Amino acid sequence: MSSAPAFTLSGRDLLGIEGLTASEILSLLDLAEEFVELNRQIEKKRSTLRGRTQINLFFEASTRTQSSFEIAGKRLGADVMNMSVGSSSVKKGETLVDTAITLNAMHPDILVVRHHASGAVALLARKVDCCVVNAGDGAHEHPTQALLDALTIRRNKGRIEGLTVAICGDVLHSRVARSNILLLSTLGARVRVVAPSTLLPAGIDQFGVEVYRSMEAGLEGADIVMMLRLQRERMSGSFVPSVREYFHYFGLDEAKLRIAAKDALVMHPGPMNRGVEIDSAVADSPRSLIREQVEMGVAVRMAVLDTLARKLPNA
Amino acid sequence: MRDARSFAREPRPLLLANARIIDPSRGADFTGDLYLAEGVIKDAAFGLAAAGIPEGAEVVDCAGSVVAPGLVDMRAFVGEPGFEHLETLASASHAAAAGGVTTLVCQPDTDPVVDDPAIVDFILRRARDTAVVRVHPMAAITRGLKGEEMTEVGLLKAAGAVAFTDAHKSIMNALILRRALTYARDFDALIVHHTEDATLSNGAMNEGEFASRLGLAGIPKAAETIILERDLRLVAGVRGRYHAAALTCAESLEVLERAKEAGLPVTASVSINHLSFNELDVSGYRTYFRLQPPLRAEEDRQALIRAVSSGLVDVMVSDHVPQDVEGKRLPFSEAEPGAIGLETLLPAALRLVHSDAVDIVSLLATLSTRPAQILGLDAGTLKPGAPADVIVFDPDLPFVLEPGQLKSRSRNTPFDEARLTGRVQRTIVAGEVVYEYV
Repeated sequence: MSSAPAFTLSGRDLLGIEGLTASEILSLLDLAEEFVELNRQIEKKRSTLRGRTQINLFFEASTRTQSSFEIAGKRLGADVMNMSVGSSSVKKGETLVDTAITLNAMHPDILVVRHHASGAVALLARKVDCCVVNAGDGAHEHPTQALLDALTIRRNKGRIEGLTVAICGDVLHSRVARSNILLLSTLGARVRVVAPSTLLPAGIDQFGVEVYRSMEAGLEGADIVMMLRLQRERMSGSFVPSVREYFHYFGLDEAKLRIAAKDALVMHPGPMNRGVEIDSAVADSPRSLIREQVEMGVAVRMAVLDTLARKLPNA
Repeated sequence: MRDARSFAREPRPLLLANARIIDPSRGADFTGDLYLAEGVIKDAAFGLAAAGIPEGAEVVDCAGSVVAPGLVDMRAFVGEPGFEHLETLASASHAAAAGGVTTLVCQPDTDPVVDDPAIVDFILRRARDTAVVRVHPMAAITRGLKGEEMTEVGLLKAAGAVAFTDAHKSIMNALILRRALTYARDFDALIVHHTEDATLSNGAMNEGEFASRLGLAGIPKAAETIILERDLRLVAGVRGRYHAAALTCAESLEVLERAKEAGLPVTASVSINHLSFNELDVSGYRTYFRLQPPLRAEEDRQALIRAVSSGLVDVMVSDHVPQDVEGKRLPFSEAEPGAIGLETLLPAALRLVHSDAVDIVSLLATLSTRPAQILGLDAGTLKPGAPADVIVFDPDLPFVLEPGQLKSRSRNTPFDEARLTGRVQRTIVAGEVVYEYV
C-alpha cells in the first residue's frame, strides 16, 4: 500500500458503524480486498505500523476477535500486546477511566478495546490520546464484525445494495446485529430481523428494518441468512423456554433454509452453538460462509488499522 | 416539632424593601416590603419602609428581586452518617442555602439506616451543630430498608422524623406496605414511597428505541405504574396518608389523578431532573444523567410540567443524590445513579416560568408551601408570625453553572456548564442571613 488511500475516516477512532458514510464503508471494504490477496501470499508482512504499539485490551474473553486483531496488527508491522482484564479488575477498585489514564501513559498508538458494558469503549476513547478501535461494547456495536460481514457478502454476491438480509436470533443482546443493521441499511440492503418477541429490543420497528416473529415468514426470499449466537444463560426459561423449543422454531436447519432464496448463503459471527441456533449440517454446508467470515475478519481489521494509522501524528 | 437549629444570638432585624413579594400560601404577589425581626416574619405590606424604618433594622433594597418563602426540599440524600465523603449535613446545608432551600429533608438510606430514634436524634443534633439551614430527617418504613419489618413509627416520629420512606427502594411485599400504611395512620404519619418495581427495574435507562440503539437495558414505565397502582389500591382500603416520592411518566399521572378524584389522601412529587431532561440526554453515555428512576421520554416530561402547572403534582424536589468520581467514572450501566440538585433546584425550576409553562406563584408553591403543608412544617409561608425563612432571588439574572463553584461535596450535576437564569441572592433562616451572593 504505497499510495495513500483516497479517503480517511472522519474521526480518529472507530467506535461504531453509526456515523460512517457509505463511501467511508466502501473504501474500507476496497482496502480490505487488497489485504485479502496479501494474506494469501507467503510474504504477508507490511510495514505501515512499524514502530507502532497496539494494545488489545479485552475486558471480556474472546479468542476469535482478539487473535484476529493480533494477526492484523502484526502483519502490518506493529508491536502488539494483549491485555486480558477480567471484569473483576473494575471491582478491585480501579475505574475504567483510571485504567485508560494508566495505559495512555505508556504511549500506545492504537488501542483495541472490548468491554461488556455499552458505551465503555467511547468512555475510554475520550480519555486517551491514541486511536481506539471498538472490538465490541456490550449490546451496542461491533463495527469490525459488521465490516467483515459486508466484505464477505460483497465477495459472494457481488453487491450489497438490493439484497435481502435476514438477521435471526438474539437481536436484543447482540452488538453484531446493531452494527450490521446500521451498515447494511447504509449500503442499501433490505434488512430483516427475525426473533421471538422476548429477544427483540424495544423500538426495533423504528430501526428501519422489517420485523418478523417467525422464521417461515422472515426467511422468505432472503439472500443472506445471518444467524446470531444465543448465550447459554438465556436459553432456559429466562428469554426462551428451552433449547429444544428455540431450535424447533428459530434454529436454522435445512428445511428452514429452503424457504430462503435458492442461492441464499448462511453466516454466523461465531462461536456457534450447534443444535441451538444452527444445525451442524447447515453450518458445514457449501452454502455456509462462516469460515470465510473469519478470513475476511483479518483483512478488514488490517484495513481499519491501516486507515487509522495514517491519521496518527508523524504518520 | 423539635427544631434542629438554635441561635446563640438574636439576628439583626431586616427590612427587605421594594421587593416583588410572593407568598404562595396566600396566593399573594405584590410589590412591597417584608420586615423580619426576632426570627419571625413581622409584616409584609406595601409602604412599610416609607412609614418609617424600624429602629436598628438593616434595610436591603430588593428592587427587581423576588422575596418568597424559603424552599422546602422533601427529598435530598445527604450521606451523614456513613457516607461523609459524598456529603455531610454541613456541606449539604451550605449547598441548600446557596440554592435557596431553607428546609432540607434528608433521607434514611445512611449507614446506619435511620430506623432507630437514636439516629434521628443524632442527625438533629449534628444538624443543629453544623448545618446552616433547617434539617428534618425522614425515617425508614422498614428496618434496614429491607422491606421486611416495620420500624418504630411512633417513637421515630416523636424523635423528630417528619415522614417515613424506604428511600430509593420500593417495598415489594404488599402486605408489609399495607400494614405500615395502616399503623402509620394511627400516628398520622406520612408514608413516602419510591415507586419502582424491583423486578422490572434492572436496566440502566428508559426502555425504548433510544435505549435499544445505545445497547442499554431498559426500564419500562410499567415498573412505576404497577407499584403506584398497587399502592393506591392499598391506600383506598386503609386510608393512610401516602406520598409518591418521584413520578416520572404520563401514565403515572393518570393513576394519580384518578386517586385524587376519588378523594384518597394522596400526594406526589416530581424531581427537577425529570422536569428538565429526557432520555435523549443520555446520549454519549453521560453518567450524570443516570438517575433512579430513569429519565423518560419528552412526552413524559411535558406531561409532568403540565401536572406541576395544574397542581396535580404537589411538590417539586431536588432529588439531590451526591456521588463521587468512583461511582460515576464508569460505563453507564455500571455507574451509580443520581445527580446533585440542591443548588440548581430554583434556577432550573425557573426555566419553567421563563418558558411560560408554569406561573411563578404555582411554581413556588410546589417548592415551599405544599411540601411544608404535607410534612406539617411551619414553613413555606410569609404570614406574620411564621419563622423568618425567606429567600431573595433575581429571577432574570443569567449565569453559567460552574461545577467547581458548587458548595456540595460532590460534583455530579447534570447542569454542568448549563446556562441558567435566576439566581438566589440571599437566603435567610430564622431571620439570619445564611447565604449571600456577591
